[in-house]
Parts: sequence; C-alpha cells; structure tokens
Amino acid sequence: MDPDKELLLRLAQTDPSGLGREEREHLALLSRQVLEQPLIMVNSTTSGMVAGAGETWRAVEHYLEERNIGAEIRETGSIGLLSEEPVLSVQLPGRTRLFFRRVTADRVPALLDDIFHMVIPAELVIGQLPGNRQETWSDIRNLDNIPFFALQSRIVLEHCGIIDPFSLAEYVGRGGYSAFLSVIRRYTFSEVCNLVIRSGLRGRSGGGFPTGLKWKTAADTPSDQKYLICNAEESDPGAFTDRYLMEGNPFQLLEGIAIAAYAIGSNRAYIYIRSELKDSVKRIDHAIRELRNFGLLGDNILDSGYNLQISLRKGPGAFVCGEETALIASLEGRRGMPAPKPPYPTATGYLGRPTVVNNVETLSNLPGIIRKGPDWFRSIGQKDCPGTKIFSISGRSRITGLVEVPMGTTFDVIVNKITGGVERGRELKAVHVGGPLGYMIPPALMDLEITYENLKKHQLGMGSGGILVLDDRTCVVNMVRYFTAYVDKQSCGKCIPCREGTRRMAEVMERICSRPADEPDQSALDRFRGVLEMESLSGVMKDTSLCGLGQNAPNPVMSSLKYFREEYEAHVFDRVCPSNICTQLRSWFIDVDLCTGCSICAKRCPAEAIIGTPRHPYFIVQEKCIGCGICYEVCKFSAVYYK
Amino acid sequence: MLFFQTDHLTLNDFMPAHPDRIGDIIARFPHVRRNSLIPLLQAVQDELGYISEEAIVRIGSHLSLPSSKVYGLATFYNQFTFSPGGKYHITVCNGSACHLDGAGRLVEEIKKILDIGDGETTRDRLFSLEVQSCLGACGQSPVMAINGTYFSGITVKRLREIINQYLEDGSR
Repeated sequence: MDPDKELLLRLAQTDPSGLGREEREHLALLSRQVLEQPLIMVNSTTSGMVAGAGETWRAVEHYLEERNIGAEIRETGSIGLLSEEPVLSVQLPGRTRLFFRRVTADRVPALLDDIFHMVIPAELVIGQLPGNRQETWSDIRNLDNIPFFALQSRIVLEHCGIIDPFSLAEYVGRGGYSAFLSVIRRYTFSEVCNLVIRSGLRGRSGGGFPTGLKWKTAADTPSDQKYLICNAEESDPGAFTDRYLMEGNPFQLLEGIAIAAYAIGSNRAYIYIRSELKDSVKRIDHAIRELRNFGLLGDNILDSGYNLQISLRKGPGAFVCGEETALIASLEGRRGMPAPKPPYPTATGYLGRPTVVNNVETLSNLPGIIRKGPDWFRSIGQKDCPGTKIFSISGRSRITGLVEVPMGTTFDVIVNKITGGVERGRELKAVHVGGPLGYMIPPALMDLEITYENLKKHQLGMGSGGILVLDDRTCVVNMVRYFTAYVDKQSCGKCIPCREGTRRMAEVMERICSRPADEPDQSALDRFRGVLEMESLSGVMKDTSLCGLGQNAPNPVMSSLKYFREEYEAHVFDRVCPSNICTQLRSWFIDVDLCTGCSICAKRCPAEAIIGTPRHPYFIVQEKCIGCGICYEVCKFSAVYYK
Repeated sequence: MLFFQTDHLTLNDFMPAHPDRIGDIIARFPHVRRNSLIPLLQAVQDELGYISEEAIVRIGSHLSLPSSKVYGLATFYNQFTFSPGGKYHITVCNGSACHLDGAGRLVEEIKKILDIGDGETTRDRLFSLEVQSCLGACGQSPVMAINGTYFSGITVKRLREIINQYLEDGSR
C-alpha cells in the first residue's frame, strides 16, 4: 500500500499525538497545512466560474509559467461571499493565507507581483486566515474580525473555500473521517442513533423532524435491506446551500452519509443530485471514487466487518422530487409523484424497504456531532433547536452569500448586520424566506428569533433557507406572482387541489398585474372575486393536498396578503404598481416641453392612442393605450415617460 | 493483382459506417430493471443531445415497458428534450434574484429576437433556449450562459450585442 495512504488512514483512526514527529510533519505537508512552495487557490464553484474564475485560473497558470515560479495552484470551494467572486487565496510558506476579492484575469499579474514582493494591495484583500505556526501579515484583518464572518458560527461551512474538494488528504488532515471510523469501531447501530437523538439534531430541509428519531424508526423496522438516501435535489430558485456544501466539502457530506447509513444498519446509500448541478455531481463522483480507492467505502471497510456502497444518482429535474416519497419514486424509475403518508418511507420506502431520506445540510452536520460530542452540539443555538442553520442570502442585499448562524439568530442580524442590509439610501421592504413555497416577512418581524417553533407560532417557516431581500424598488405582488407561476409549472398533477389550485392562484395573480385596457367586460369583477376567494382556496389546498408542495404553495400569497395588503389594494383597486415594476400597469405620458411633434410615436403606436398635429406636442389617450411602451422606445427626444 | 488482395475483406467492409449509438448505450445497462430507465434516458440525452423516437421505442423494448410509459416519464422531467438543440444553446437563469434584476425581460427579448420559446430551437438550428430555475450564481444576477460560457449582470442592450455576435459567428 502507498505509504501516504497508510499514514492518512492511521491518522483517521488514532489521536494525532500517537504519531511520530516526522509522520506528523509529513501529514501536515500532505494536507497542505504546512507548505513547501506558495499555494494559490481559485474558487472554481459555479458562482466563481460565472464571474470569470476560469480565466483567472488560466491567467495564474500563465503567470507562473512565464516567470518560472514554482507554486501550486488548486481548486477550492466558496467561502460564502458570492458577490465578491472570483475569490482567490494565496498562501506563502510559513505565512497565513490571504483572501482576495474580485480577482479577474486582468488583475492577476499585478496582484501576484505584489504578493511575491510582500506587498498586499489593500483594495483587493478580504482578510487573512490565521493558522498554526504561521506568521501573520501586519495590518491585515483576520477573517473572523470582518463583520460578514464575525457574527457567524461556521461549523458545517468551516472548511468550505479553504480546502481542495478533490483532496481527501486535506479533509483527513483536518480531522476528517475520524468520526466515521470511531463510529464503526466503537458503537453499535442503536448507540449512534441515541447519540444523535441526544444531540437534538433536526432535519434542515424545513420540516425540522428530529433526525435521530427518524433513524430509530427505520432501524427498528425489521428488513433484509435498508436504504439511506441523501436528498440533494435542491431546485428552489435562490437557494444554494446544498450546492456549495457539496462543491466546497464533498467528503464531509459523504462521511455524514456513511455515519447515517451505519446508524440505521444499512449498507446501501444513494445520493440523489439534481442533474443541473454539474459541478456538484463532478466533485461528489470524484470523492466517491477516491474513498473506494482508500478502502473507506466498499466491502469490509478497514477490517471492521461493515460494508457500505454509496451510489450517485442524477435527478432528471423536477421540483417536486425534493419531497421524499416523490424522490423515491424517481429513484425507482417512475414519475416523481408523491405518495400518501403513512406508510412513511421509514417503514416502506425505496423498493418497499425501510428508507431514510436526509438532506445535505443535515448529513453534513453529523461528522462534527460525533467528533465533538452531543453536548458540544447542544451548547450551540437554542435548547429545543440546537446547532446552526445555513441561509443563502440573495436579492437586494449588499452582500450575496452563504451565512451560517446559530439557531435563534434574528433576521435583523442576518440581513442587516452580516450581509450589510440594503444599499445606502434604500429602505428594506420585505424579506422572503424559503423560496417559492416560502413566506414574505415584513420589516416589523425582523426581530423574530429563527427557530422552527418560533416561526410556526407566527405561521411562518424557513423552508430550505433561501432568503431573498427586497428593497423599496421591488414589488411584492410581482414577486409573489413569479412564485405562483413557478409553482404552477412544477406541480406534478397527481392531486387535484394542488394541480388546479396552483393554476387558479397563478391566474389570479396574473390578472392583478395585467393591463386594465386588455380586460374584457366582466373581468374586473372576476379580478375582485379571485382575490376575495384566494383565502378559501388556500385553505382547501393546505388541508387537502397530498404533499408539501401543494400544502405550502399558498404560503407566499397568504403571508403577503397578511402583511402587504396595501400593495395588493393598489394593484387591484387603483390599478397601479407603487414601485413601478409591473410594466403592464404603467401609465405613459408625453412631456409637453420635450416633445417636438415629430409624430413618430403616433405613427408607430399599434393602438392609435397617440393624437396631435405635427410640430406641436402629442398626447396619449389613456383609455386606448395598451402599455406596450413602443412610443418610449422610438422617441428620439426622451419625451415619453411613465408613472 | 488487385483481385487476389481482397480475399481477407468481409462483407462489412463494403457497408457504410453506421454506428449504432443507441444500441451501444443500451448495452451498458444489461439489467432489465425499472430503476435503470432514468439513467438510460440520461445517457441518451447526454450523448445524443436529445431523446429520439427511436430511442424511446428501443429503451421500452429493452426494459419491457410500453413506449407510452417511457415517453410519459421522459416528458415529466425537465432534463429531457425531444429535438436536437441548436449550435448555440442559451441558458437563462430565472431564479428569484435574477428575476428581481430583470431576467423576465431578457427571456422576452430573446424570444422576440430569435422567435423561439422555452425549450425550442430556431429553424436554422443555430440557437436553442432553455430557462433554468436557478444557476446558483445569485451574486452576479441576471445570469445567462451560451454553451457553457457565462455572462453576468446583463442588460437588454448587452444581450442584443451578445446575440448579434453569435449570429455573426454562426453565419460565417
């Protein structure tokens, strides 16, 4: 066996103090905690690539080749600052690692020139990551002192953006796989279950069901075969937690899967990733092969007598497959349609056998819980809801990114303190939590502490943890219309309340936002009736839909009707959009002072709504105008404006 | 002389090259099980770029499933397409952050310029359009990609320039 491999496996099984000094030094080199030559890491996740990390990578390579500098260049995950991409980090031997923001290809030569001459360009540096036996850079802030990181407790995200997701050595060198190996050596199946029950870990996918209890029911069901499935079908628009967990630290997730599979006494696990997440698929696939190669997956893992196979399955893309019974149906090769519960999958799931479906974030929590103990985990967050939760913040906040905070943190801290609130001069209008099935939360509720129970008390929830920040330039009604249209498309069509209800809901929202002049005679009445009946429709959908999609589809509508009624009233009664986002509700005017009377708008108007005589200001007849905006586009004198 | 040299040739050497790509893919899934249906379709989609009628019929007979069931399943999921994509495949993100920054207007504009809908291909097979639910780069919204090249923070004006560029390249 390869001596490096052997050493890594020994490290995973023993206390590091049991190793010799030379061995420890060799391990530090292997896991890149001590460097022999400079190390440059480029964030190659989706967000980095979109911002141009591919070109940055090539520029770094070119730079090193041209100047003949011996330095390593490696891929890494995201540190969570999605709006500061491409993020690049540089570490010189014996010094702490430095992180830089917005390093596009054209900035690479100047930046690397500076660093190799020990000068740090202040406008690009984010901060430094303190490390063992590493000399710090003076005048550079530690990452922990930057507001974005200071208020977070990064437990699950700890190594994301710092380690190479393709290197098992880096993960093991930082304590990885010691949890799984101690579990299969020291504990029985039920002891692991009890340990996780004691830790109080709850499912992070929105429901908040205690993970240990779910395992226990599956473990107690007698069967010849049991299955563990990791649900990585993250298709909420605006949620990217699971994606960056898989892309940043795939081995942590796979260790979690292995622990969970062991706890329920299963030796067959699946990880179901939406096929659109190509980068995640690539990293997980590589990680599984690497683990097999090391003997950490397969038959008789390190002579413990425990067998485990993890297979990767690509989800062909359906929002409803995030629901566990639909996911199982999809794995079985059928349409992803949910089944009535009970029987729960923990009794009869995949191929009729007891099956546990856990989410990526839940499983990524496990190695830490085992390594540091349930009492450590209980000390974080709230009593009834321990641990942390990762939120993906997007929209109009100053920073877009991944934020991991202890349970019980308020929205105010997350949105205003960590991600810096909305742009200066703007006002926060609402935060939308939980994607298309989520809730509109008004600024008045920003001080709400986030736990499952607390949110439930206010008839809210956190869903998958996507937070969309809306400022005063956005329209709540338009956003809700977007969500209802999305859910309408994604309903699987199995049960009638959801199939018909989501369609009706989308129609009503569409009608609210469409132009008055296009309405046939009675539709004004239909519009009012639609809004009035929305509440009872929501009630029926909530009570009678089969799965979470139908039951939660009315959430955006109901919460926004409750807290943003005046916006609806402006759309429904006054037929105006207060923030001017709903284009069809705009009224067009011609500025008398600017109009030269060239008559081009009148000639191009499809509704013949513009009247006037040449060389005198023209006029738009509001009753005839269809709001197409062509006059606005063709006017050479910017005389057309809207209100 | 030539006559004597041909005796080692077989009949196949005179047949036109006709690779059976669907057959090759099916051969990789020897187990007749329902749960290999989706991986099979995915393999066909990845290698051929779309699911052809022939593929549906042959997969059905391989797995002893009626073609209607195979087609029903394939149309249920977003990943499968039933016509070959264009030379330039445009993916527009319509996630919530991109929608907030005007992704809807971009989609409308593309539909207007190229005269195609979501999941369709232009008649000259140059462009195809796909609207995705979220590309996961919410920090650079609105985002779109053409054949894997990403464009971030696009405006309608920028979009027109990009498409014109590709139109020029494509007609060359």
